[in-house]
Amino acid sequence: MADLSIEFAGIKSPNPFWLASAPPTDKAYNVERAFEAGWGGVVWKTLGEDPAAVNVSSRYSAIYDHNGEVSGFNNIELITDRSLEINLKEIEAVKKAWPDRALVVSLMVPCEEESWKKIVKLVEQTGADGLELNFGCPHGMPERGMGAAVGQVPEYVEMVTRWCKTYSKLPVIVKLTPNITDIRFSARAAKRGGADAVSAINTINSITGIDLDKMSARPMVDGKSTHGGYCGPAVKPIALNMVAEIARDTETMGLPISGIGGISNWRDAAEFISLGSGSVQVCTAAMIYGFRIVTEMQQGLSNWMDSKGYKKISDFQGLAVPNTTDWKYLNMNYKVVADIDDDKCIGCGRCYIACEDTSHQAIDRKVREDGSVAFEVIEDKCVGCNLCQITCPVDSCIKMEQKDADKPYMNWTQDPRNPYKDAS
Amino acid sequence: MVMSMEQPQGYSQQQLALDQMFKDINPALSARQAGIESSRCYYCYDAPCVTACPSKINIPSFIASIHADDLTGAAKTIYSENILGGSCARVCPTEILCEQACVRNKEQEKAPVKIGLLQRHATDNAKFVGHPFKRADATCKTIAVVGAGPAGLSCAHRLALLGNEVEIFEAAEKPGGLNEYGIAKYKLTDNFAQKEVEFILGIGGITLHTNKALGKDISLSQLKEQFDAVFLAIGLQDVHSLMLVNEAHPQILNAVDYIKELRQASDISELDVPKDSAVVIGAGNTAIDMACQLKRLGTEEVTLVYRRGSEHMSATEHEQQIAKDHEVRIKTWARPEHINLKDDGSLKSLTFRKTYTEDGQLKDSEDSFEINCSAVFKAVGQKFAYPKAEQLIPTVSNGKIATFGQQVTSIDGVYAGGDCTGEGQDLTVEAVQQGKLAALAIHHQLNQEA
Ligand SMILES: Cc1cc2nc3c(=O)[nH]c(=O)nc-3n(C[C@H](O)[C@H](O)[C@H](O)COP(=O)(O)OP(=O)(O)OC[C@H]3O[C@@H](n4cnc5c(N)ncnc54)[C@H](O)[C@@H]3O)c2cc1C
Ligand SMILES: Cc1cc2nc3c(=O)[nH]c(=O)nc-3n(C[C@H](O)[C@H](O)[C@H](O)COP(=O)(O)O)c2cc1C
Ligand code: SF4
Ligand code: SF4
Ligand code: SF4
Repeated sequence: MADLSIEFAGIKSPNPFWLASAPPTDKAYNVERAFEAGWGGVVWKTLGEDPAAVNVSSRYSAIYDHNGEVSGFNNIELITDRSLEINLKEIEAVKKAWPDRALVVSLMVPCEEESWKKIVKLVEQTGADGLELNFGCPHGMPERGMGAAVGQVPEYVEMVTRWCKTYSKLPVIVKLTPNITDIRFSARAAKRGGADAVSAINTINSITGIDLDKMSARPMVDGKSTHGGYCGPAVKPIALNMVAEIARDTETMGLPISGIGGISNWRDAAEFISLGSGSVQVCTAAMIYGFRIVTEMQQGLSNWMDSKGYKKISDFQGLAVPNTTDWKYLNMNYKVVADIDDDKCIGCGRCYIACEDTSHQAIDRKVREDGSVAFEVIEDKCVGCNLCQITCPVDSCIKMEQKDADKPYMNWTQDPRNPYKDAS
Repeated sequence: MVMSMEQPQGYSQQQLALDQMFKDINPALSARQAGIESSRCYYCYDAPCVTACPSKINIPSFIASIHADDLTGAAKTIYSENILGGSCARVCPTEILCEQACVRNKEQEKAPVKIGLLQRHATDNAKFVGHPFKRADATCKTIAVVGAGPAGLSCAHRLALLGNEVEIFEAAEKPGGLNEYGIAKYKLTDNFAQKEVEFILGIGGITLHTNKALGKDISLSQLKEQFDAVFLAIGLQDVHSLMLVNEAHPQILNAVDYIKELRQASDISELDVPKDSAVVIGAGNTAIDMACQLKRLGTEEVTLVYRRGSEHMSATEHEQQIAKDHEVRIKTWARPEHINLKDDGSLKSLTFRKTYTEDGQLKDSEDSFEINCSAVFKAVGQKFAYPKAEQLIPTVSNGKIATFGQQVTSIDGVYAGGDCTGEGQDLTVEAVQQGKLAALAIHHQLNQEA
């Protein structure tokens, strides 16, 4: 059986599955239950200065897929609404009881050196394994000059990171906000400030939808709403891209990344790890299904690793990074065309109308003698866009087949059709 | 559709008890079920279910509307092709129509989208302000429709929609045709037929005369004179006989008549229900309906007998399964031979001769058997009978009114549709479609002349 244990920025954990800083990690009761369920580590719900934050009601909203399952989740919650003292006491007790698990503490205080100096010392005394700096909270806190208000300014990210590194011996993980134009700038700033790792992503500014009767967004607080933070399966593609950007940026390459955003099962986790993540953090999936999902996550990851011959996490960590490149390095000589398997085709005509209306009119519709219809790809017209395959409801009915396999690799910088070839 | 969930006024306790006995055989979908089911539709291009629906409802479109939470839009899409979409959703044998054609049958799950139930969900829950359709400018044409069954109602509605004035002449006391008098009680519950008629007439421009029979109160030549066109939709009036001695015995009944009585009964005590054992003869949906309804009424043993194999029965497999679910005994390869009476003159039993086929020919075998029963229900098919007193008779071929494309009969200005013609299968949805096509043809014809 594969070894799932990791060492992330000097923090040891029996498996890479950590609970992200959020309600599941808000108190000893939850965290103990999470450890019992098998989570490798937790990032304690963000601590702040006293007096503790105060929350509104209601707080969450969601969007659903066709089967009524949550695909996107949204919250307008703040950092912990319990006092610093209680939190620190509980952290100390939990760490003592669970020495083998990773216990990282998330922090957010005003952008003043003294505040940070004071809190990192307090946390260090609890015996916690590391710090995570919350520069991402998109609601409530930025108005107070914290959270995303810091995370959006690389200079502040660098400055606060440096303070923490100065006053604490603990590993510092900088949690990045996705509410920026280019994640690389904040990641680079964190690195310059001395961060031991970054974690990404925090939640994305969002409005999940409007209640058309009440004419207000959800969640509603006495008829009014505000933008919240988006997470859950829907944000995974955005998070994966940001992780990849950091992993392949020359300045931040090698900086440990804790992948977060929409991780719901072992496969999602494996994808984040293959893009360079050294640990993964989960929030929404645990909130929707409870802590027990970590059982299937561990089992699935381990079984898949066994099937691939990966003995430890680092065996496949980052393997997909070199295959993530810039557009200009893609092979211009590579060509695929669609091929429809007539035996599998159920005749829904979706591929046909998609290609006909919005792509390259590359599918031929033939009515057979018995009145049934047959669909066939016109190879010359097909640009290999995948649209028909995406739209086909039948598993592996449309395959994309490679053509001209003998042509050599040629990217855009080498392509004679590129007018700026010499410049690039 | 304007459907209230309350019981219609004047409903007695007994009627409610009877309704309870004939609860919906196919319960409605919940909103959530409908949401999930609607997402199973692939929104096919040139969808085969539409081709398979005799009334050509744009099925992917109405299902997409359901999925987008627009039940009113969905219902309007349905009604624009089939104004009896509410009853069709309940009575159509979808397993041989739209759902049979669904592409999802070709997947491994072999599970078509539940089109009928979705159609019902839309028509039951739509919320129109007034009637969904607005009549076109008046054409000043008046058309007579004979028969207020699905064909007549569909035709009248479409004609009214197009701006014509319509008068319907119906022999029975209530409109609706077999929807009111024939369809099994558990398929159309809660006085649905009358509510639907009310909804259809809501478009305006339609005058309904009940208790007015062609050949008795009115004649075709009269109608031809008074109206710009006539549409005949008089259904089937007669039933086939078994050609046996003693067939006129009072315990040998016509299934259609009995169903009609049952459908109109307001109290179970009004019905003569065979207690121990009954025999139903036939192989169509009427036979199945009859047998199942007897079971629900409390008849201990119901045996359905058919002279050929179950694979030859015209009742679909789905219908046969319903009969089995009702614990109806189905006996095949036997034909009734003798009606046996007791000394007191009451019915004792039926003797059956076993049959087999040889080169496709049905043959009698040596063996016979007897089934004791206290009533026999004949469901061996209805037939067409033109009103006897009528002078003006359209050409009849194969026992039904002949139509020559576009629902035209041999008499100028007279059209026909539904069961009384030889077209299509005898199904509600076919009748609706023929009524609609006749209306379009009539309208076109009258306005071309103008
Ligand atoms: C027992 C039974 C069960 C059935 N079950 C189903 C089912 O589950 N699903 C399905 O799709 N189909 C079913 N059918 C068939 C379906 O009911 C018919 O195909 C459909 O009703 C035909 O419509 P129509 O308008 O042509 O005729 P009808 O519904 O028969 O209507 C004819 C109308 O004309 C009136 N009329 C007759 N003679 C005169 C006259 N001389 N003057 C004035 N009015 C006259 C009648 O009173 C009646 O109202 C069933 C039929 C029967 C008998
Ligand atoms: C209700 C809720 C509260 C959260 N609170 C915090 C917080 O206090 N500190 C923090 O760093 N992130 C917080 N997050 C963000 C999560 O830690 C995580 O970054 C985000 O939800 C993405 O992961 P997911 O898709 O697995 O949920 C919160 C998320 C939710 C849903
Ligand atoms: S791959 Fe694109 S272009 Fe080719 S047939 Fe499919 S939809 Fe059309
Ligand atoms: S989308 Fe797939 S199943 Fe549908 S017609 Fe095209 S190939 Fe056939
Ligand atoms: S009218 Fe009948 S056949 Fe047509 S779509 Fe509706 S249920 Fe199916």
